Amino acid sequence: MTRKQRRFALIAGGVAVLAVATALVLNALNDSIVFFNSPTDVVEKKVQPGTRLRIGGLVAPGSVVRGENLAVRFQVTDGNNTIAVGYKGILPDLFREGQGVIAEGVLDPGGSVKADSVLAKHDEKYMPREVADALKKQGHWQSDYDKAAPASAGPPAAGPPAAGASAAAGATR
Amino acid sequence: MIPELGHYALVLALALALAQAIVPLVGVRTGDAALIAVVKPTALAQLLFVVLSFAALTACYVTSDFSVENVAQNSHSTMPLVYKITSVWGNHEGSMLLWVLILALFGGLLAVLGRNVPAPLHAAVLSVQAVIATAFYLFILLTSNPFARLAQPPFEGRDLNPILQDIGLAIHPPLLYVGYVGFSVSFSFAAAALLIGRIDAAWARWVRPWTLIAWMFLTLGIAMGSYWAYYELGWGGWWFWDPVENASLMPWLAGTALLHSALVMEKREALKVWTILLAILTFSLSLIGTFLVRSGVLTSVHSFATDPARGVFILMILVFFIGGSLTLFAWRAPMLRHGGLFAPVSREGALVFNNLFLTTACATVFVGTLYPLALEALTGEKISVGAPFFIMTFGPLMVPLMIAVPFGPLLAWKRGDLLGVAQRLIVAAALAVLALAATFAIEGRPVAGPLGIGLAVFVIAGAATDLFERIGLFRVPLATTLRRAVGLPRSAWGTAVAHAGLGVMLLGIVGESQWNVERIVAMKAGDVASVGRWELVFDGLDQHEGSNYRELAVRFTVREGGVPVATLAPAKRAFSTREMATTEAALMRHGVSQLYVSLGDLNPDGSVAVRAYDKPLVLLIWIGSLVMALGGGLSLSDRRLRVGAPRPSKAKLGLQPAE
Repeated sequence: MTRKQRRFALIAGGVAVLAVATALVLNALNDSIVFFNSPTDVVEKKVQPGTRLRIGGLVAPGSVVRGENLAVRFQVTDGNNTIAVGYKGILPDLFREGQGVIAEGVLDPGGSVKADSVLAKHDEKYMPREVADALKKQGHWQSDYDKAAPASAGPPAAGPPAAGASAAAGATR
Repeated sequence: MIPELGHYALVLALALALAQAIVPLVGVRTGDAALIAVVKPTALAQLLFVVLSFAALTACYVTSDFSVENVAQNSHSTMPLVYKITSVWGNHEGSMLLWVLILALFGGLLAVLGRNVPAPLHAAVLSVQAVIATAFYLFILLTSNPFARLAQPPFEGRDLNPILQDIGLAIHPPLLYVGYVGFSVSFSFAAAALLIGRIDAAWARWVRPWTLIAWMFLTLGIAMGSYWAYYELGWGGWWFWDPVENASLMPWLAGTALLHSALVMEKREALKVWTILLAILTFSLSLIGTFLVRSGVLTSVHSFATDPARGVFILMILVFFIGGSLTLFAWRAPMLRHGGLFAPVSREGALVFNNLFLTTACATVFVGTLYPLALEALTGEKISVGAPFFIMTFGPLMVPLMIAVPFGPLLAWKRGDLLGVAQRLIVAAALAVLALAATFAIEGRPVAGPLGIGLAVFVIAGAATDLFERIGLFRVPLATTLRRAVGLPRSAWGTAVAHAGLGVMLLGIVGESQWNVERIVAMKAGDVASVGRWELVFDGLDQHEGSNYRELAVRFTVREGGVPVATLAPAKRAFSTREMATTEAALMRHGVSQLYVSLGDLNPDGSVAVRAYDKPLVLLIWIGSLVMALGGGLSLSDRRLRVGAPRPSKAKLGLQPAE
């Protein structure tokens, strides 16, 4: 082979692999991304039942009901709207009423979310950024969160990169 | 007084770094040896001052000096000493100080060990290192000062995040940072080569040990982080495809590609431009890994706190180094001479194949990690890209790469014989098919498991084949084989061992992901739950008081076929200072598998939620990583890296007839 042909073979190989990878990525993005919604988003956007989503907000005080065999139901609220969430399994260490939470699962026809994973935030002052944004949008953001945030700038951003990974708080079934 | 000294030492280090960044480069331009000679003392002095600064912060932590804000935020007087020390880097400011400490350490080592590198290149490399250091000192001093004092010191500290109160914090971040920062050396070499405009095989040989060190430590750091997450988080996962983890995986993938492409450059002087580009990309990804996570830009449930000033500074650093080095690359790279020719089927071709797949895989991880960020910035939609995305993209790209791994080392340089290599791999392939069939006979469908085991066995047996071929096992007398084994270059051993480690890790991944048994159940005293072939008997509940936490532990007896084999005591700890709880999983090892038990909530009826897993082969994931790092170490001890680059032989000149 001449130098030109070799270079062509090399470039063609590279382009082929990249094309395959691009196809894989596009296909996977179609199938596996999950949109984040606040309870208000779910109501306003008329999310179709059967859609996989992440729902975030505060766990409504007094709404946690534990059932048989580790089943649990609770309400997620952003102040204006509330969505019921059902989950079966172990909740993360930091799951508490009145605290920020993200649940991932499928919206059922009754308008509640059947979650297969529940993620809670890290310490008493913080909440997931999505939840904070959603609350701000609904006008229920208490400014003391803002004040509290820099003061406790410790744990989540604190750990070194992968220690952050280790600091994941969550529960997945 | 001590914090102020630490702060001042850091300012001095900044001044030295500035001098080291500018003076030697002027020397290289004007050919002034005295200016070039400035690098060594400045690099060493910089190291000294950063060590002093780090020691000062450590002293503040050890003495629990809560007048220092950083200490007050992240420490507590009742914490055990070891955690007081590890708290130094268990927070943003302190971890940046650890970063510059390691950077200065590499600078010092480069200054002392780089004797065989030509003086202009050596000076240029160290001055690029100093530019990096300058940016980081400025970042720390301007936005994240760890020595800031509080006007009214609190009586007690806010405690370290309980999840970080673990020996893992002592080991994992330093390992990871040595990895990240180590790649700065190959970056500096690349930038210096572009500045000087000359690059050859010797360049690759000088860079190789540094890249190997960084790669080894990054491998260990990621593995350690994964094991830590596995036992500390209490949900039995070892890799979550979390942005934070991806941030460390990307430089690892690029760094692995760099190790392989530098080999081509060293042996055959080909792929020069590509190797330089990879060196730049690897460190750029390390910077992104260090920073994006920390700046809170990435959408992750694990990164929360953000300070806008820091974010902007971080962005400036990223733009400066990544943009600057790529511009330099675009400007100077066309000047580099092209090197040796090779056929597509050859060792070089195999290494190009490796690079192609590793960098493509790295790109898919990059897309998956940053796409949510881009989408949110453009449309405001918030999405999460989770494990399924990465399994669907990264997974298929790894399969051809794994199949190719055994072929690479067996192919000859320049022009290889694929058929011949395939023939030599026939035993390895037969073993793989055997393993596949055996696994299928025992476990049955789905076939993904048996196929994965077959592939892993092929990689391991292929690595062994490479060694056996080289030492001529069973083909020449045993004594000759032994002699050859001893004489075999350490780098050949390193290659085989690292590749075998990859196969071992794959075994663990397949075992854990395919045959993991999970049981989540509420249990009371006297209850029995079965997990795989094990039975868990709930014996009772205990409460203890730890130094800074309260602990609820459950005693379990593990039975196999009715016979007690072990007792386990998983626990939940409540830390009062931060109102946080942690889960302490209990592990029982059997072979290379583990039984994993952790606790959930205490229910009102007195039962405890119990999560139990039987994880077959799971330990192989980390053992495989250790073996990979060991392979790196063997390769690092290779003679040619200690002796240095060959110089044009003077003997030849001496043989000229003297007329």
